[in-house]
Amino acid sequence: MKKTTNTLLPISSPTVDQVGVEERCAKFTSRSIKTETKIQGLKMVLSMIDLTTLEGADTPGKVKQLCYKAMHPHDAVSDLPTTAAVCVYPSMVKVAKKELEGSGVKVAAVSTAFPSGQAPLNVKIADTKFALDQGADEIDMVISRGKFLCGEYQFVFDEIAKIKELCGNIRLKVILETGELGSLDDVRKASDIALYAGADFIKTSTGKISPAATMPVTLVMLEAIKDFYFKTNKMRGMKPAGGISTAKSALHYLVMVKETLGEEWLTNEWFRFGASRLANDVLMQIVKQKTGIYHSVDYFSKD
Amino acid sequence: MKRIEILKTYKIYIGGKFPRTESGRYYKVKNKNGELLANMCQCSRKDVRESVVAARKAFGEWNTKSAFNRSQILYRIAEMLESRKAQFTEELQKQGSSKKQAEEEVIKSIECLVYYSGWCDKYQQIFSSVNPVASSHFNFSVPEPTGVVGIIANENAALLGVVYSMAPVIAGGNTCVLLASESKPLCAVSFAEVLHSSDVPGGVINILTGFKKELLEPVASHLDVNALVYYGNNPQEITAIKELAALNVKRIFTYSDVKEESPYNILDVQEIKTTWHPIENIGSSGGGY
Repeated sequence: MKKTTNTLLPISSPTVDQVGVEERCAKFTSRSIKTETKIQGLKMVLSMIDLTTLEGADTPGKVKQLCYKAMHPHDAVSDLPTTAAVCVYPSMVKVAKKELEGSGVKVAAVSTAFPSGQAPLNVKIADTKFALDQGADEIDMVISRGKFLCGEYQFVFDEIAKIKELCGNIRLKVILETGELGSLDDVRKASDIALYAGADFIKTSTGKISPAATMPVTLVMLEAIKDFYFKTNKMRGMKPAGGISTAKSALHYLVMVKETLGEEWLTNEWFRFGASRLANDVLMQIVKQKTGIYHSVDYFSKD
Repeated sequence: MKRIEILKTYKIYIGGKFPRTESGRYYKVKNKNGELLANMCQCSRKDVRESVVAARKAFGEWNTKSAFNRSQILYRIAEMLESRKAQFTEELQKQGSSKKQAEEEVIKSIECLVYYSGWCDKYQQIFSSVNPVASSHFNFSVPEPTGVVGIIANENAALLGVVYSMAPVIAGGNTCVLLASESKPLCAVSFAEVLHSSDVPGGVINILTGFKKELLEPVASHLDVNALVYYGNNPQEITAIKELAALNVKRIFTYSDVKEESPYNILDVQEIKTTWHPIENIGSSGGGY
């Protein structure tokens, strides 16, 4: 096997002040966002969503439905953006790709033995290759949490680097599964490993483990991206996934991104939400802002 | 030394919790002599929104409980209220009832709960039907709960107004958001404490206090509220409710006073669902419907 170019861990991660992080996060939730700003924020959230279905029960029909939702979130309201992408298993990439043709909505495929990542490297490579061959625009890989927890950081690093090499120009999101990492220090360490190994995005969770995305975890990862940017002058993206189901909390995340990384990151090129239920809540709030009337999920498509 | 009385902070009841209003506002509730009884939460439209979300979330669990279990829970509320008779009698007196009136009101409330507890698993038989149809179908109709019900409680009956309006709604498997009497809200909040200790899942009943002027509109216009029961006789309020409720064609019921116990009160907030079940043609044997 060809050796990857980045063979060394160039990093020693700083420790994280958990109390400080939590206090800082509490501040993000206290910003007042009203009327036009709120509508703008909500539309931005919508445009950043990776509409996700990762179930054993996924069928081509369900994926087609999801793709339609991504392109037409709610036709009763004009001037709504599409979502950023749909996120599916590799076996569904072809279906999604066909449905989304010409819409600008990307297809993200989870790979490397998602969600556990408990498979040998050749299987992970084959999994990723398959997704790429099917036409995936983005790859969401999982790290080997077991190896990470054993302290085999170099192994985790090499694996990510190898998958990035396969992906080439295709953007790679690296799922840390922070709910299994245990501490914010470990989250920071895993973030740094992923960033230096070539990740284009770092992503909190698979959505299969609770807790999934939380504000403290996301803040720690954003700080890692910030430090990486200062060191290398390269922008990297962030994707909290799982557990963000209300428009209100999504806006809190946007505040956090703006106040930690800056406005350059407030586009779906650099920030995404991995979610399925979130879309309908955002749509409900947009309609509420326009009509002044609280809405019911009965009037929105199920996904 | 005279002991300083520890006064209760009257809060609202949303999703099985006792928060203060998100608006942070309060209004003063006074007795006939103008003495302060309590500072009440002056709820805002956002509290209405939170309550409806809680009620919707609780609907699935409450609706799918067995009718018998709902009956047990209603009976449990009666038991809890019985054990706190003295507290409610005292609270009613504070709000202007005589001792006799207060005692009567509490006892009637308890009996009302027992009454609807009994109906939980019986109204279905009374209101269901097997319908004759002119085709090969077994055709039957059954009542099913409407969903989230907004209740605007009677202004004058502090406890009775809450219990009589709420019991038939939840007996039928609905969840509700209840606006308590504006001038006599104390018992409604204390009743929430009774509910809280009665195995009623959080969110099945949500109780808000505040100004009708302000809260009627968000309740009546909310698209996730499926029916409204209004107790009162203010023509402007009734017109406003009817207009706003038309947005999603809510079922509306307006009653000028507390309604006497009757299974028809349960039926108010039920929907009759009819099923056409194909069968073999058995008409020729003479035994078909």
